[in-house]
Amino acid sequence: MSEPHIESTEWENEAARHRVDQPFPTGPAPAAAVAPVRPVEGALLEVDNVTLRFGGVVALDQVSFSLGQGEIFGLIGPNGAGKTTCFNAMTGVYRPTLGEIRFAGQRVTGHKKHEITRMGIARTFQNIRLFPEMTALENVMVGADAHHKTSVLGALFQVPRHRREEAQGREGSLRLLDFVEVRHRAGDLARNLSYGEQRRLEIARALATRPTLLCLDEPAAGFNPAEKTRLLELIRRIRDTGVTILLIEHDMRLVMGVTDRIVVLEFGKKIAEGTPAEVRDDPKVIAAYLGVPADAA
Amino acid sequence: MTTTAGTPQSPAAGTPESKQPRGGVRGWLGNQPKSVRWLLIALAVLGGYLLPYLADVPVLGPQLITQGIDWPSALFNMAYYVLLALGLNVVVGFAGLLDLGYVGFFAVGAYSVALLSSPDSVLGTKWVWIATIPVAIACAMLSGLILGWPTLRLRGDYLAIVTLGFAEIIRITADSSQTLRGDRGFAAIPHPPGKSPDGTPIFGVRDATPYFWLGLTIIIVVVLALRNLDRSRVGRSWLAIREDEEAAEIMGVRTVKYKLWAFAIGACIGGFGGVLFTGEQGFINSATFQLQFSILVLAGVVMGGSGNMAGAILGGALISYIPDRLRGVELFNRDAYQYRFLLFGVIIILIMIFRPQGIVPSRRRELELKDRAKEVAPQ
Amino acid sequence: MDFSSLFHEFGELTITGLAQGSIIALFALGYTLVYGVLRLINFAHSEVFTIGAFTAVITWGTLGLNQDSPTPGPAGLIGYLALGLVVATMASGITAVIIELVAYRPLRRRNAPPLAFLITAIGASIALSELVGVLTNRNNRGVPRLMKQASLVHIGDANITNLQILIIVVALVMMVGLDFFINHTRLGRGVRAVAQNADSAALMGVNKNRVISLVFLLGGLMAGVAAVMYVMKIGNIRYDSGFYLGVEAFTAAVLGGIGNLRGALLGGIALGVIENYGAGLFGTQWHSVVAFVLLVLVLMFRPTGLLGESLGRARA
Repeated sequence: MSEPHIESTEWENEAARHRVDQPFPTGPAPAAAVAPVRPVEGALLEVDNVTLRFGGVVALDQVSFSLGQGEIFGLIGPNGAGKTTCFNAMTGVYRPTLGEIRFAGQRVTGHKKHEITRMGIARTFQNIRLFPEMTALENVMVGADAHHKTSVLGALFQVPRHRREEAQGREGSLRLLDFVEVRHRAGDLARNLSYGEQRRLEIARALATRPTLLCLDEPAAGFNPAEKTRLLELIRRIRDTGVTILLIEHDMRLVMGVTDRIVVLEFGKKIAEGTPAEVRDDPKVIAAYLGVPADAA
Repeated sequence: MTTTAGTPQSPAAGTPESKQPRGGVRGWLGNQPKSVRWLLIALAVLGGYLLPYLADVPVLGPQLITQGIDWPSALFNMAYYVLLALGLNVVVGFAGLLDLGYVGFFAVGAYSVALLSSPDSVLGTKWVWIATIPVAIACAMLSGLILGWPTLRLRGDYLAIVTLGFAEIIRITADSSQTLRGDRGFAAIPHPPGKSPDGTPIFGVRDATPYFWLGLTIIIVVVLALRNLDRSRVGRSWLAIREDEEAAEIMGVRTVKYKLWAFAIGACIGGFGGVLFTGEQGFINSATFQLQFSILVLAGVVMGGSGNMAGAILGGALISYIPDRLRGVELFNRDAYQYRFLLFGVIIILIMIFRPQGIVPSRRRELELKDRAKEVAPQ
Repeated sequence: MDFSSLFHEFGELTITGLAQGSIIALFALGYTLVYGVLRLINFAHSEVFTIGAFTAVITWGTLGLNQDSPTPGPAGLIGYLALGLVVATMASGITAVIIELVAYRPLRRRNAPPLAFLITAIGASIALSELVGVLTNRNNRGVPRLMKQASLVHIGDANITNLQILIIVVALVMMVGLDFFINHTRLGRGVRAVAQNADSAALMGVNKNRVISLVFLLGGLMAGVAAVMYVMKIGNIRYDSGFYLGVEAFTAAVLGGIGNLRGALLGGIALGVIENYGAGLFGTQWHSVVAFVLLVLVLMFRPTGLLGESLGRARA
């Protein structure tokens, strides 16, 4: 494994090399890279009859499903089915026109995005939205900040709590980078990471917010088979820490291979739900992806 | 064994080159051990305090000091401009909110001091200068919040024009209101306290040198404070907001709160500049706070290099030094000082076209402002 | 607050508001056109106006007509007016196009972020206004009286003067002309295409740069006309006259719906009238404060404006 070190020697912003002379802890990551998850009774996430309209377009039409804690849940459907729209509704980017979304029994709809994150839902984005001019470490630290309590004044005067949280944030972020296997790039700008590293970095950043539910939006897009396998392992490792995963993916093998249950959307409507085996054989699903043959009555 | 910065790691096969070119002075400085850097900083600070004696430096000194205005006054001007540039840099450079009405906060600070301490004031309180400081700064911060709160959800361009309006409303109010005495203004504002051993006040009316030292000290305190903020979750949040506000919020950043704080802190520093200015001048009126002044400070921030404090300091110093240095020089039948707004307007355009990252590029801004067409999302 | 003043002069204030609003509307077109196509507040537009105004006044001056001259007769009026309009629109149009070429095009080529454009815009605005200021010694320049103001129509106890009618008519004519151009000509179609989706328009063979220059030119022309109307009404011109009017015009554009031409007209008239009522209530020095406050209120509560935006969204 190559020498880990932080490259950024930014005169102004030394958050990344907070303690210049201290080497990074080397060796395998301790098990607690991902924060422990609180157990939830009942359904973790309930999407309850959600309809989302943009002007004349109905992006989601009375969609309902729920997930339990500990599942790896897949959300699939042809392009334009409304999967990312569903994510956006869950994370507060869009407000459902009708219906409600509940997380651990609490209403999510109507809350601000950062409040929803603090409630325990984290996500990645279909088209990667890292902070390009921040280092990989800084990107993850932004996520870690979500649960820090230091106030602006506290940061101004560098009070002990600030120092403690900074150190903890940094260590925790490094462990997460290690968990997703991007640690060797901790000090590099996010924009300079390879595509695969960026996708994994985004996952690390989302995990830093200590989610109970992690929503991955096409995390394997553009990956070759080897990378996909690696991602699959990562997803399983995340599940093993107790985090529930909701996954949008186009790659059927990946979805079938890793998920416990699947919901299928088409044109904003739910057309099927069940285990991978059930969904795979559902004629409605097959029709949605492949179309109905011309000679079918 | 780990290395601190500087030793390039050979990129793993297939990964893009991960090193930023470590250019020039910045790179060299960054590579020095911490003790050397602190020494250099200490020397620079000492040099700052010795600036009033620049004329004594052989050969260069007399060329560099201003002719049309006494050198200590020119230095004092530089000091409060630098302070304003630092404050505006928090709003524009760190948080990415284009504020075109920064002089408004300066005015609030200045008028607060005037209202509380000048014998002309309708309040009649006649405080000493020092006592007015906390109130003036609090007022300035409040005005920052008042400006920030309704404008936070606006897009950048709308925000810009609203901030413009804010400063103009303040100026028109100052001009038209009886309490603020329009262009009659407030005179006999007290100076900072202190007596030298022979009984004369330290902060007198003839020598601007003590004022400059006071200003420099305030600048140093502000720089240290901002550095602390930059290296904390506050600085990270601001940067995240600048990079991708929605993604930042989804990652848990309280965008409203941090944007408000950017305004509040920027306003606070601007207000402090107003306090300093009034303490030295002893007089203000509505003509002191023209809109062009805001644009001039913006020019300083942009020219110096927005997003980093060294750039703001350099830019702030230049926007004051260059016009002052040109005082007394005749250009087309006018004192060259009159051309300063024109000059810096043109400089803004040139900088944005040819070197948008400014003279002292922040590593980030440089990459941010250069050709973004190359920055297509990977595949 | 002086309610009695507002009440008694209501008719008067309304008429004055309509006339002023027409000028603002013409001026607003420039902002709304550029914003619709480039998503940019062209701060330098206010200087386009000022330069047009000075050009007209200086041209009249070189022909011997200055503020102390007697008003010319009808033939003279038409002649001078036409001349003024021609030189003003030419000067404004050319200035606008040059600004785009020098300040904005290099940034567009580089795909600079919006913040960069805004900064350049304000730099251009300051540079130009200061240039004019330096050249004119920051003095007020008086404008010759081209027409004897006479009351032509009475409505209640409000008088409508010939000048006010002229202004309103000219503004309407220019609007109709512009509207026709945008909606019924090939070049106008190009403008609308670029405003909605520049890349697709380019793929369809529209020359984006040419369209953008055209948009600036059109805005400049409108501003030139507004400038002549303005100097005839106000009677003097200063290097920073464009600035406040510019803010009012931008407010009007937002009020009516940014990117929406008819919105600019509606917004301009509405703003002119509201400002006059505000002046009646609070006193004339506060009238630009009214504009700013109205702008903030509109942006906070109805950022798409009265007629809705044609293009783009106001909220982040």
